Amino acid sequence: MKKSVILGALTVAGLAAGAAGAATLDDVKARGKLNCGVTTGLVGFAAPDANGEWDGFDVGVCRAVAAAVLGDPAAVEFVPTTGKTRFTALASGEIDMLARNTTWTFSRDTDLKFDFVGVNYYDGQGFMVPKALGVSSAKELDGATVCIQTGTTTELNLADFFRSNNMEYTPVPIETNAEAQQQYLAGACDVYTTDASGLAATRAAFEAPGDHVVLPEIVSKEPLGPLVRHGDNDWGDIVRWTLNALIAAEELGVTSANIEELSAGTDNPEINRLLGTEGNLGEMIGLDAGWGKAAIAAGGNYGELFEKNIGENTPIALSRGLNAQWTDGGLLYAPPFR
Amino acid sequence: MTTLSDPPRESFRLSMLLNDTRYRSYTFQFIALLCVIALFSFLGYNLVKNLQAAGLNISYKFLGETSNYDINQTLIDYSSQSTHWRAAVVGVLNTLLVAFLACVTATIIGVVAGVLRLSKNWLISKLMAVYVEAFRNVPVLIWIIIIFTVMTAVLPQPRDFRGENATASMWFDAVAFTNRGVYIPKPVLESGGMAVVIVFLLSIVGVFAYRRYATKLLYATGKMLPTGWPTLAILFVPALLTYFVLGKPISLEMPVLAGFNFKGGINILGSLIALWFALAIYTGAFIAENVRAGIQAVSRGQTEAAASLGLRPGRIMNLVILPQALRVIIPPLISNYLNITKNSSLAIAVGYMDITGTLGGITLNQTGRAIEAILLLMAFYLAISLAISFIMNIYNSKMKLKER
Repeated sequence: MKKSVILGALTVAGLAAGAAGAATLDDVKARGKLNCGVTTGLVGFAAPDANGEWDGFDVGVCRAVAAAVLGDPAAVEFVPTTGKTRFTALASGEIDMLARNTTWTFSRDTDLKFDFVGVNYYDGQGFMVPKALGVSSAKELDGATVCIQTGTTTELNLADFFRSNNMEYTPVPIETNAEAQQQYLAGACDVYTTDASGLAATRAAFEAPGDHVVLPEIVSKEPLGPLVRHGDNDWGDIVRWTLNALIAAEELGVTSANIEELSAGTDNPEINRLLGTEGNLGEMIGLDAGWGKAAIAAGGNYGELFEKNIGENTPIALSRGLNAQWTDGGLLYAPPFR
Repeated sequence: MTTLSDPPRESFRLSMLLNDTRYRSYTFQFIALLCVIALFSFLGYNLVKNLQAAGLNISYKFLGETSNYDINQTLIDYSSQSTHWRAAVVGVLNTLLVAFLACVTATIIGVVAGVLRLSKNWLISKLMAVYVEAFRNVPVLIWIIIIFTVMTAVLPQPRDFRGENATASMWFDAVAFTNRGVYIPKPVLESGGMAVVIVFLLSIVGVFAYRRYATKLLYATGKMLPTGWPTLAILFVPALLTYFVLGKPISLEMPVLAGFNFKGGINILGSLIALWFALAIYTGAFIAENVRAGIQAVSRGQTEAAASLGLRPGRIMNLVILPQALRVIIPPLISNYLNITKNSSLAIAVGYMDITGTLGGITLNQTGRAIEAILLLMAFYLAISLAISFIMNIYNSKMKLKER
């Protein structure tokens, strides 16, 4: 295998290496670092801060997994990926997991041989137009020129939406969000469409956000979540339950502030199992008993991560909406820890 | 009667493959070929095996599936219900369109700039030097983005054409320059319109025939026919006559402001214009240098000899210098054309949907078939480059100095 790795690298760098690593958990432990694929930079979700440290909502998931597996939230090698390179990077084994605003779809889960382990943000595609156009519904956009980020599911939703409503449009495909913003503001397109969270982030960065409206229609379901390679179920379980641990922690009231106190033992057996003071959940997935505690302590529970990175007090200013706990009328529902 | 007989032919022995200098080089070449084939088949086998181990099999089935996305410039019928293969073909045609336009424009710019750079007029030659140096030494991607950004920022939005006190207006009510592209009238053929087109095409053939006849007459008898006004006459008079006799069967569909955009007419996308001009002026600078080199490669004696025969400077350039210079110019010109074609893959920077944008961009993304799409992309660029080389090499061998 060694020799073929070297030669294989000549044809497709890294492809052969990926095939070698069937047990991702062992690889990560041996390496001492988790390779996590993120965006090249989307403020709030994953972007390097002023000190070059990666920060954001998706980054938080990576750090939690690193903390659960290696006990150190800083033991992450962040690999920036574009919409184009992300799947190749994961399939080839260059990264162990991908946390990059990736929509969970049937074909990606099956045909592309990936496993989505859950949803960390429920999104949907929306439209933004200048107020001056006087448009109040997406159904009035017949004949419009639409700026769209290429290489995303939004492209397909857009085609479907206009076709099903019997309307015409001119797509203006654009590589990055920053360019799209520039084109939209110069009036090279009438409409900008992307995930509603992205629209909110983009609009917040405008000089006069009040001159632009986000239309009420949400034309698609965009469940964004982390994913791993198909075929290594043990590794998939670890990432899935780390995400669930973050969600369950919010529901159970475990925060980064009170976690030390709670891990001394509580009356709630589920909290005890989650934090490893009772039962042997860690052993079942091949980790230490304190994996759940480490994951939550890394950046806080789901709610804390949300508030810190994209919540209402940040410039992105997203409300919880669908992403609230099921007890608050949202869709977040972690299966029981037992 | 002959007493001489051929020396006995030595029969071929296997050891001669190594010891006999006649065969040795073939032996080694054959071994080297085997090694190369073995290496590549191993790499290919390794790739396929490891892809299989990773659960990915090379399959081109995705080309037959519905693409589900729209493309803004389609030279053939295409909708989101067409297949990925059709989207790839649309991309190929868009690549070929911009490459063709840029090659023609770059050649014109290059020849003019190259000749003018040798001008005795100080200002003109220096201006051309500045053009060449400025455009040759800045990456073409930067030029593409500069032109596109300037177009987007400077030209008015379609919205500006509307209302009582519109800030922008159309040229002659026919052409609109907007930051989404240029809208021009579209010729509409009614019944009989085809006849006018055919007459015009025949006129073009006629022009060539006339010029050929004029040259022949000149060589045979020394009699010179005028070529300027007869060319124009042959080109336009029959077509115009047919047009009016048949009762103006060709009309123009004007672009009009409707809804969000102009409707009707032909929309030349801003991204196409930006890519086209950036490639043309960038490569034009290289071609200008080739042209200059070619002209300077023709010895001065040729100019002087031609001048002593009484030829005017313009004729010296056209009849004596350029034909000889072409032999030096054409080979690097081929590689410039290849560069234009390959550089057109930067189209995605401005959202022009060429083959890299459709097959290598959206299709690759939506299907996740990266290796298949990239292989196909490589095959396409290779094929188109070889085709351009082939055609240009034919032209080159035609122009080459015939040695007898």
